Amino acid sequence: MTPDDAGSALALADAVRRGERSARSVAEAALGAIAAREPELHAFLHVAADGARADADAVDEKVRAGEDPGPLAGVPVALKDNLCTRGIPTTCASRILEGWRPPYDATVVTRLRDAGAVVVGKTNLDEFAMGSSTENSCMGPTRHPMDPSRVPGGSSGGSAAAVGAGLVPLGLGSDTGGSVRQPAALCGVVGMKPTYGMVSRYGLVAFASSLDQIGPFARSVGDAALLFEVIAGHDPKDSTSLDLPVPAAVRSLEVGVEGLRVGVCEELVADTAPDVSRRVREAAEDLARAGALVEEVSVPEMRLGLSAYYLIAPAEASSNLARYDGVRYGLRVDALDVAQMNTATRTAGFGPEVKRRIMLGTYALSAGYYDAYYGKAQRVRTLLIRAFDLAYERFDVLIGATAPTTAFAIGERVADPLTMYLSDVCTIPSNLSGHPAMSVPFGAGDDGLPVGVQVLAPALCEERLFQVAAALERSAAARARPGHGEGRR
Amino acid sequence: MSEPPSLGRDDVAHVAGLARLSLSEEELDMFTGQLARVIDHARDVSSLDVHDVPPTAHPLPVRNVLRTDDPCPGLDRDEVLAAAPDVEDGRFKVPRIVGEAP
Repeated sequence: MTPDDAGSALALADAVRRGERSARSVAEAALGAIAAREPELHAFLHVAADGARADADAVDEKVRAGEDPGPLAGVPVALKDNLCTRGIPTTCASRILEGWRPPYDATVVTRLRDAGAVVVGKTNLDEFAMGSSTENSCMGPTRHPMDPSRVPGGSSGGSAAAVGAGLVPLGLGSDTGGSVRQPAALCGVVGMKPTYGMVSRYGLVAFASSLDQIGPFARSVGDAALLFEVIAGHDPKDSTSLDLPVPAAVRSLEVGVEGLRVGVCEELVADTAPDVSRRVREAAEDLARAGALVEEVSVPEMRLGLSAYYLIAPAEASSNLARYDGVRYGLRVDALDVAQMNTATRTAGFGPEVKRRIMLGTYALSAGYYDAYYGKAQRVRTLLIRAFDLAYERFDVLIGATAPTTAFAIGERVADPLTMYLSDVCTIPSNLSGHPAMSVPFGAGDDGLPVGVQVLAPALCEERLFQVAAALERSAAARARPGHGEGRR
Repeated sequence: MSEPPSLGRDDVAHVAGLARLSLSEEELDMFTGQLARVIDHARDVSSLDVHDVPPTAHPLPVRNVLRTDDPCPGLDRDEVLAAAPDVEDGRFKVPRIVGEAP
């Protein structure tokens, strides 16, 4: 598959549905592209070649039989390796789950297959989705598709790189503090975090349960909308799943932004690199030119988001990861009694970042510190949600940067966890509030690498999000056309 | 408002034990420095007076969800046990529990 070929899931699905292309040939093209780029990129932890061929053949059989093969007929999709796939290894890039083959599929995987999509493999991530660069993988880092000396972002860096390199048109990731949006920005693709509860998490390996949400990667806003509509919707297997109609994302693409109130969020611009904040300002200008009412807005509580997140997320992780005890699945390191076996297993099975977060969370929850840390963070979370509510009385959407910088060098931020954590400063607020947000590619930084502009909307307002994202995509394309000089360096 | 304490080596050793992680002396030093930096950064949150603000545990209003009481198949027992490190007679097998006779 060439990047042009991977450009449109919609076009591929149409061609397959009409019988102009076989799903099998599309799958072979994707597998061929993966084989060619993988040695350099390391975006995949497992390529499910046989399964992909079988999925594709089933789609072709439906087309031949005159049955509806679904809206994603024959479209290759890459799955972050924290999504359970029956019989296909699911490792979370952790030694503790090496070789584990889940006995069931995640609901999103079932929905993808029902829609005719072809699962080509499982992608690399920071161990248990804890990180911002994909360097915390026990299988080694993924490299940026445009510059192998840089990170693709994280934690869903494998899916972002696979879509960014054009190996597949679509990917899925999970976003707990920005793990879909931040790598999407760094790799120059579209990435979205839906409203908390909009997409079923049944079969997503839990990291921080009040924050985790599955989201799509695509090479266009339209493809992201298509994928979002397939994976969204109520699931009785997830008790946090919302029983509401799926937002009409695809139908929102052509609506435009006339009269929409857009707030340029100071906190999502001020601390970003100049070449990133310049693109946000350009995006704001373009939205104003397209008829939106654009104003600056300050939401100071966002500055507390990072600290609150790095108390809440580790606290929930320390509880969720208690299940890796060497008893029911995954690694076991033998010892004389159960307690020693637990300790030996967890010590050998978890990498340094996962241990840091488990200890940080255990500390934030422990006797004597609970009120000062976890309790405070939960109250600050309320302050942030109230501040968002206030801002959304005046604005329909907020915009800002997705990440403070373009893709950084491999190794640059690993020595100091706090510096790495700051990579998520622009994306974390939406996880704490449970609101949807999306990153749209918008030009490049001084280094020529992609910049993402982030759009934030109130809970359940996905349609508005896609409306604005599509407008930004159109203006980014207009700016990239030769002869556009305006606003460019 | 009392200043929350900073995090020291003993704290890290204590929480590692609670979390069933064993650390070498070098790891203990490294993690103490790194975690203290994060906890110190969190002072902007931990030093706030927010006693009159209710906590948020979940971003959206929660309600209890019960599935309808219809029988349906669960996971296949043999398939689940096949992934376990050790099994015996259709059950998970573990080393001895402390305090019991071996």
